[in-house]
Amino acid sequence: MAKIIGGVATTHVPSIGKAIAEKKQNDPYWKPFFRGFDYVHYWLAREKPDVAVVFYNDHGLNFFLDRLPTFAVGAASEYKNQDEGWGIPVSRSIAGDPALSWHIINNLVADEFDITMCQEMLVDHAVTIPMTLMWPGEKWTVRIVPISINTVQHPLPSVKRCLNLGRSVGRAVQSYPQELRVMIVGTGGLSHQLDGKRAGFINKEFDQLCMDKLVGEPEALTRYSIHDLVEESGAQGVEFLNWMAMRGALTGQVREVHRNYHIPISNTAAATVVLENHDEAERRAA
Amino acid sequence: MKQDIPGTIMFDGEQAQKGLALNRMCYSFNSADNRAAFLKDEEAYCREFGLTDEQRAAVKSRSVLGMIAAGGNVYYLAKLAGIFGLNVQDIGAQQTGTTVAEFKEKLAAAGR
Repeated sequence: MAKIIGGVATTHVPSIGKAIAEKKQNDPYWKPFFRGFDYVHYWLAREKPDVAVVFYNDHGLNFFLDRLPTFAVGAASEYKNQDEGWGIPVSRSIAGDPALSWHIINNLVADEFDITMCQEMLVDHAVTIPMTLMWPGEKWTVRIVPISINTVQHPLPSVKRCLNLGRSVGRAVQSYPQELRVMIVGTGGLSHQLDGKRAGFINKEFDQLCMDKLVGEPEALTRYSIHDLVEESGAQGVEFLNWMAMRGALTGQVREVHRNYHIPISNTAAATVVLENHDEAERRAA
Repeated sequence: MKQDIPGTIMFDGEQAQKGLALNRMCYSFNSADNRAAFLKDEEAYCREFGLTDEQRAAVKSRSVLGMIAAGGNVYYLAKLAGIFGLNVQDIGAQQTGTTVAEFKEKLAAAGR
């Protein structure tokens, strides 16, 4: 059976892509962010995941506002990246796992999540930057199942809905008959606002609270409405929904093994966390 | 326009309807050829996408707040800003009426 080993959540700011291309990882501005990935690299080398399920939001590469799904699941054998018009280098394509994708899709719909199914799907910087951060040089050793959540056009799905979406994905992965080591990724955030007279808004206190609650009591965060999230974490801080879905997919006992938080990267409070997921049987054996 | 969080316009159905033409034009800037076509003849390019007078005026004056008021979504507007070599600190400074240095200092201060 497939096993969920844990999750990684990280900021996906586009300028990280430029910094990597220009080899600025050790510049004073960037170092506090990039060094947060040393532990992630160690953890990935030790845990050896086969597949990553990636919760992210598209910023106008694959989806335009003419037809925008709330939740969309990729079911392709390969995911391409393309020019997003922001001057980030285009990354090489990432392998998919269509069999696992369809297993997740079947289970989600059986669970009454009426998702959009995508046999073709371009993935934007919200997938490629976290992948490149985790596997420098685009040497990714995993296949992916990308799941996009609308965090762009209101009404957005609630915090609770995203947590439950993740839980449904977690149950689906656990029931997958193949021996696979699966990691879950949530990208974006934390607090930031790009638009309006409140541009530049960052809320360190709220970010810390979110990261604290995320580990052991994610339900506590479902009391925040989308309006509350915009108010507390900024108009684009709502990308935290991707983190909630990631957390939901960790169905066992969860512990935080790594956290890095740094302000600012671009206009954003940048954060990276690694959560381990231990199931019942493992706990009994320990 | 609903603006109950100060300085924040929710990109909701009302804004999305209003901004469709402008956002569609910005979406086209995913292509390098389209970015070049815009630079070559901005007036004709905007006409082709059927921008409203309000949207055209905001684009012409490079006013980010004006484009947002006219229904622009910042993720799409960032593709337009990129054509002029402006990043999100540049447009943040413009929207908040500060210099780029002041805007960056405000971001850094949030971490202290």
